[in-house]
Amino acid sequence: MLDLHGYGPSIMRGAILTIELAFLSLLLALVLGLITASAKLSHNVISKGIATFYTTIIRGVPDLVLMLLLFYGGQWALVELSDWAFEVSDGRIDFFIQFNSFVSGVVVIGFIFGAYMAETFRGAFMAVEGGQIEAGKAYGMTGWQVFKRILFPQMMRHALPGIGNNWQVLLKTTALVSVIGLEDMVKLAVEAAKTTYEPFIFFIPVAFIYLSLTAISEWTLKWLKNHYSAGVVEG
Amino acid sequence: MGQQDAPLIATDIHKQFGDVEVLKGISLEAHKGDVISVIGSSGSGKSTFLRCMNLLEIPTSGDVQVHGDKVLFKVNRKGVREPADRRQVERLRSQLSMVFQSFNLWAHMTVMENIIEAPIHVLGVSRKEARERAEEHLNRVGLYDRKDYYPAHMSGGQQQRAAIARALAMNPEVMLFDEPTSALDPELVGEVLKVMRGLAEEGRTMVVVTHEMAFARDVSNKVMYLHQGKIEEYGNPKEVFENPKSERFKQFITPSY
Repeated sequence: MLDLHGYGPSIMRGAILTIELAFLSLLLALVLGLITASAKLSHNVISKGIATFYTTIIRGVPDLVLMLLLFYGGQWALVELSDWAFEVSDGRIDFFIQFNSFVSGVVVIGFIFGAYMAETFRGAFMAVEGGQIEAGKAYGMTGWQVFKRILFPQMMRHALPGIGNNWQVLLKTTALVSVIGLEDMVKLAVEAAKTTYEPFIFFIPVAFIYLSLTAISEWTLKWLKNHYSAGVVEG
Repeated sequence: MGQQDAPLIATDIHKQFGDVEVLKGISLEAHKGDVISVIGSSGSGKSTFLRCMNLLEIPTSGDVQVHGDKVLFKVNRKGVREPADRRQVERLRSQLSMVFQSFNLWAHMTVMENIIEAPIHVLGVSRKEARERAEEHLNRVGLYDRKDYYPAHMSGGQQQRAAIARALAMNPEVMLFDEPTSALDPELVGEVLKVMRGLAEEGRTMVVVTHEMAFARDVSNKVMYLHQGKIEEYGNPKEVFENPKSERFKQFITPSY
């Protein structure tokens, strides 16, 4: 076992942070994606407009720029907000929100990938045949039952490949959080490499950890794909 | 039998899509045991009329009632008519099972799961009871050995019979059939019609939109012929087929070859 000059445990801690960050961001991205896709498919002009604005902005601006913008911009906005609240309430409202870099990492990545998930979900929803939903309605199901029992399970089969791609990219995008000061495994490896002047010793294990994470994801996705393909004839 | 007891009454149904008036005031009264065939060329509005009865289409005007339970409507902010009480619509739909032209069995569920789905989740029947009843219905349509198949693994005729079993499982007041044999290969039509004939003989109340003239003439006790959104001919099949009052209907039932 490589002892990594004593940096092994700290890089492992970084790896765990990367995993936590990725999972929580994924969760947020899935929720945002579902909401945005529903908004885009709704007949409400306002929600449609907001959803389109969101996905257009996110897809057109580089992830790194968005991350810096939302992180530093968000920090600034929060300070301004608390100052303003302090002023208008004559000091009665006095709050200060400590900007937590882990939470902001999750929010930023979730926000970015929510837009990509939205496109995936939108296509998947449209791929479900109208007759399937109509049959649900015709048998007296509520809108929620139709969604939960028919639309969602059938949609997932179409969405999974796209979700899988987004997840792989998301996982790798977490490496960007090192620029906003989060101690993920990349940041810790950079520090160790700078100190010891031995970049390969640190970056090769990091690359392998990413690779094994994506390999596990691949396998999980295959299982999910089988689960949601019940009743499908492979053609 | 009094008005209030009729399982299904539709009164003066109008339906407009944009500028086109598809239905121009159609009424129907289905009493217990009635088998009403609705026929007409494509574009006559017969499917739209059927879909108005379980509110898959909302009639522009006119009323629908199931056993005296009359659907309440309101006009929304955009000035469009819509049902006032979603619960009422769901309740009404659960009493009117529909059989679709393209079957619409839920693709991700086996035949058995398709049949027990709505009884469990809409009617609140226990899973055990739903399965027992489903087995009876599957025997009835001759598909017991296919109960664990997915729809995609069955022929069209089998899928439509499974869809009929799904409809029966709701123990409906009225069964609505929307061109149930139109999507089938000719050699599969017979097996579905046979099941439907059996249901008619059993005394099920049915409204059947169809192109099958033999079914309309021999099985149903009332025939409604629609032309351009209006009732052109209505009555007992023996009378209307032998002595049609409408010239158009006469042409419609006369083979053109």
